[in-house]
Amino acid sequence: MPDAACARKIRVQCEINGAPANFEAYPMARLLDVLREELRLTGTKEGCGEGECGACAVEIDGALVNSCLVPAAHAAGAKIRTIEGIAHGGRLDAVQRAFLAHGGAQCGICTPGMILAAENLLARHPDPTESEIREGLAGNLCRCTGYVKIFESVVAACREAGREP
Amino acid sequence: MRSYLPAYELETPRDLSAALDRLARAPGAWKPFAGGTDLMVLLEAGKLAHKKFLSLWRLPELRGIELTPEHVTLGALTTYTEVRRNGTLAGEFPLLARAAAETGGIATQNRGTLGGNIANASPAADSPPALLVYDAELEIISARGSRRVRYHGFHSGYKKMDLRDDELIRTIRLPRGREGWRQYYRKVGTRRAQAISKVCFAGAARVDAGRVSDLRIALGSVAPTVVRAAETEKVLRGEKLTPAVLRAAQEVLAHEIGPIDDMRSTARYRRRVAQNLLAEFIERLSE
Amino acid sequence: MTELATKPTSSRLIGKPVQRKEGREKVTGAAKYVDDIDFPDMLYGATVRSTVPRGKILGIHFGEGIPWNEFTIVTAKDIPAKNCVALLIEDQPCLADAVVNHPEEAVVLLAHPDKYLLEEARRAVRIEYDPLPAIFTIADSLAKKEIIWGEDNIFKSFLVEKGDAVAALASAEIIFEGEYETGAQEQLYIEPQGMIARASPAEGVAVWGSLQCPYYVHKALKGIFGLPSERIRVVQTETGGGFGGKEEYPSMIAAHAALLSWKSGKPVKIIYDRAEDMAATTKRHPSRTRHRTGLTRDGKLVAMDIDFTIDGGAYVTLSPVVLSRGTIHAAGPYLCPNVRVRSRAVATNMPPHGAFRGFGAPQSVFALERHMDRIAETLGIAPGELRRRNFVHQGDTLAVSQVVRDKTDMDQLMTRAFDLSDYHAKRERFQRTNAGSGAIKRGIGFAAFLHGAGFTGSGEEYLASEAAIEATRDGLVRVLAGSTEMGQGTNTIFTQIAADALGIPADQIEIVQPDTAHVPNSGPTVASRTTMIVGKLVESAAKAIQRQLIESGVLAPGYAPEEFAPACARYIAKSGALKSLVKYKQPSDLHWDDEKYQGDAYGAYGWAVYVAEVSVDTRTAEVRVEDFVAVQDVGTVINPVLAAGQVEGGVAQGIGFALYENIVWQQGRMVNGQMTNYIMPTSMDVPPIRVHFEEVPYERGPAGAKGIGELPLDGTAPAIANAVAHATGIDVRSIPLTPEALAEMLELAHA
Repeated sequence: MPDAACARKIRVQCEINGAPANFEAYPMARLLDVLREELRLTGTKEGCGEGECGACAVEIDGALVNSCLVPAAHAAGAKIRTIEGIAHGGRLDAVQRAFLAHGGAQCGICTPGMILAAENLLARHPDPTESEIREGLAGNLCRCTGYVKIFESVVAACREAGREP
Repeated sequence: MRSYLPAYELETPRDLSAALDRLARAPGAWKPFAGGTDLMVLLEAGKLAHKKFLSLWRLPELRGIELTPEHVTLGALTTYTEVRRNGTLAGEFPLLARAAAETGGIATQNRGTLGGNIANASPAADSPPALLVYDAELEIISARGSRRVRYHGFHSGYKKMDLRDDELIRTIRLPRGREGWRQYYRKVGTRRAQAISKVCFAGAARVDAGRVSDLRIALGSVAPTVVRAAETEKVLRGEKLTPAVLRAAQEVLAHEIGPIDDMRSTARYRRRVAQNLLAEFIERLSE
Repeated sequence: MTELATKPTSSRLIGKPVQRKEGREKVTGAAKYVDDIDFPDMLYGATVRSTVPRGKILGIHFGEGIPWNEFTIVTAKDIPAKNCVALLIEDQPCLADAVVNHPEEAVVLLAHPDKYLLEEARRAVRIEYDPLPAIFTIADSLAKKEIIWGEDNIFKSFLVEKGDAVAALASAEIIFEGEYETGAQEQLYIEPQGMIARASPAEGVAVWGSLQCPYYVHKALKGIFGLPSERIRVVQTETGGGFGGKEEYPSMIAAHAALLSWKSGKPVKIIYDRAEDMAATTKRHPSRTRHRTGLTRDGKLVAMDIDFTIDGGAYVTLSPVVLSRGTIHAAGPYLCPNVRVRSRAVATNMPPHGAFRGFGAPQSVFALERHMDRIAETLGIAPGELRRRNFVHQGDTLAVSQVVRDKTDMDQLMTRAFDLSDYHAKRERFQRTNAGSGAIKRGIGFAAFLHGAGFTGSGEEYLASEAAIEATRDGLVRVLAGSTEMGQGTNTIFTQIAADALGIPADQIEIVQPDTAHVPNSGPTVASRTTMIVGKLVESAAKAIQRQLIESGVLAPGYAPEEFAPACARYIAKSGALKSLVKYKQPSDLHWDDEKYQGDAYGAYGWAVYVAEVSVDTRTAEVRVEDFVAVQDVGTVINPVLAAGQVEGGVAQGIGFALYENIVWQQGRMVNGQMTNYIMPTSMDVPPIRVHFEEVPYERGPAGAKGIGELPLDGTAPAIANAVAHATGIDVRSIPLTPEALAEMLELAHA
């Protein structure tokens, strides 16, 4: 017999990419689905549904999280940043420009999560060592690049900001 | 997403006592939900049998790391990131800091909690061996009051623990004063990062004039629960670190653990590697 | 007129790291993959799959508590025309009817607007089976433990002969044997498979989705719906990785979505979650290779007798072609006067195995390169020296009797690879340090190999690929090709080729989204053919419209870039559409005999030597790749960033193939189908990868380019296996070389 429906949807207020947002969702709905379906922010991707590939990575209150593992209820009052909030107006930021210049994106499906992870890494470590870069991106799986040009992009983004890695 | 979302309730109690009241009123009806890094995976897979959850995530009473001269006390909702960032833990409890660094990736570490990890009781969890080595103590609360238990013995069997339906883990307390102990942690996983452990070994020992005056050894992924290798410790306690003593300890260790074959590894491999890690630990102590 | 296509002395874009054409959309999250797209009134679709490996379907039961009247339910009897996903032969049903032949075979399709209720419904369908005996290994299939396909379980077999290998073996000074195995490998594109369909008897069938070959899907849908070409439309959405895993399977999921749409009257979206994708879709064919090799005492090959078998799973799908490529590559870049390759693809009750980058060659090349290293060790010849004594050179013949036309010098590639990796010094140093008592052993090993670009033999002629270019009155040049972008750089390469051919900037080129309603059939995006074959068609089509403009007098030869657009406007005003369609023409000097399996197998080959350095922790039997050097000749490099990206990504997949990617099978079903349990390398598992290209222009490729995509998968795993053998003395015969497997071997060695 299938499960009986007893949960009620909740209304959640939060901030997404600097703007107030509110949505209605089941409390255990995945933040990933809320972003993609309720809010039509389809930049955040689903690759595995188990918090392993990082394609769904977003920032909540400055912390990198896998949105496929965050229940909608936990978004209440949070400041959320997604890939759509990385560029400033139409201007790409340093990490995005570096990914373009250095081939950090191939098929692009891991790219939003990877860029979030890179942004988060550089916010915590403005001059990361190679090992810090590898660790900072270790939760984001890429099947296309072998990670080499992703590292090169992150290193270039640091350099552009005027600091040597 | 293989679960029927409308069937799942997640309520947010306004504070800890409201949460405890809820648990007390209908024991077993509600289960705690911390960071969700284990439960949401089950939800996605259609394997989350329980349907009613209480979100503890924001409860300040379960957060924070407190220091006294005798103890470090971590709130049950301390995340792995918070563990890694704490200087005292890094200095005095490096195995726990290591375990936190090897749990998932950065994104998992931001949401996974120590209390959630303990209550989820996976035998492959990365922190429990460190907690056992550090003689951790749990403070458990309910509407009825609070009690303390040693973490050693908390798990009685696979996913079975000394935690009743109306209880929550409130804090994990670690006694300080291990200056001079040599510490060793090694997780052998399926790959270098984001890996489930195949064998996890945590050890700490005090060595005086070439003799092991005291030590602790704990292992993960080699039994239905995390294992405190007390029999193996007995072989080494008070002894000089000779090849014969090591071999005797390895023999005892092989029988003290109960690894299995599963989709990640084999019992044979786990047993052999556990013994090799013991040897590596002893080697480090001799340096 | 034969066109000279050597590298232009002043190419403006060829050879430059031009930025990815669709890069901006990808780094901003604006790129639209199939699951980002919704249609009004859309339903979600789900597939109910078999739970037994083989059996008769006795009944389908729909459980209680589900409002079934709200659901669209499709079974085999709803299929309008043929219940078959047409590929090479027609043996694979679209939906199982009376029997199932593998676990996870699709039986029932469901659709509903609520995707959560849909899952509940999927769980509530119970299929009753009368199980039949099933087989799961090459050995059992060859032994005919059960006959599950045809008369003898054999999908296809080949025999390649050069000289007389049997006789030559009988008189050889040295005979050396070995058996090697490779396991299945999951493509693990990070975007799971998905399709949206809108289909009705009135409007025909249209599908949008993640795919590599729009015309394969088109052909399959035609057969299933019994509709003519113009009533079927296939559109490729931004595709998040393919690697061959989206070569043939998308036809199946497209058909499923379309059947649900046809019956419901609404658009239907099917997106697989990771668990379903892993369990149900194709994997790399497992293989078993046996070598029997005759040599002179100083290591010159006199005879190679190779027996090569691949496991095709339950239906034929692409196994004959995978087998073909594996067979042709089995004897490698070596000169051997007597070769016999006997090969076969066999049936088992597993989900059909399919295309994965390399396509049979990674399997046979692994065997060959391990075998060569073992020969070297036994004869006391350095492994590099053994190769040098046997490399083919221009004018020699390969195993299929193809005369090597390429000027490529494998000796030079090897020298370069050894220099870059410090191979000789490390080999000697590691030998010394490994003799000590430390737990970490180090090793360095290599593989020497080649990979044919394009379809085998008469394949390209049979495909008869087309590409078109049209220009607008604003001078915008639109490239129309059925080739798909999936990260490997199709859009950017075509842009560079067309822009340079016309002497205009890259941003004046538009790559039209592959849509069978608008673009011609350029053949599938596979087989390392897109740059070399289709890129050449794009170049020719661009040159053709340039000729049209010049010959009509609206444009002077040697024109400046800014003059192009006005010339287009003038031409169109005067003469109408400015368009050119070019069709592939097989060079007249390429001859292939399909019966004897001899002749010019491929128009061009990529050639390579890869070197892997590893460390092995003997306490845990974990192997870590510490450094990797990849040296290859793939002709002219059109875009160095994209080309290096292909090699680096391919090496990472090869590292997974060698060390980490292990499929755990139970009764023909993959049970570790989660990213937690199927292990691909993370950023911490991949070493520095140093890539070097030796550019020997291929005169028939666009700007001199050859194919590159699959080459890295051939040499990476054997280089690693050879390095592990060097580090530990262990005779590696099979991959994935998991720590558990290596630990057993280390233990035996020290017993």
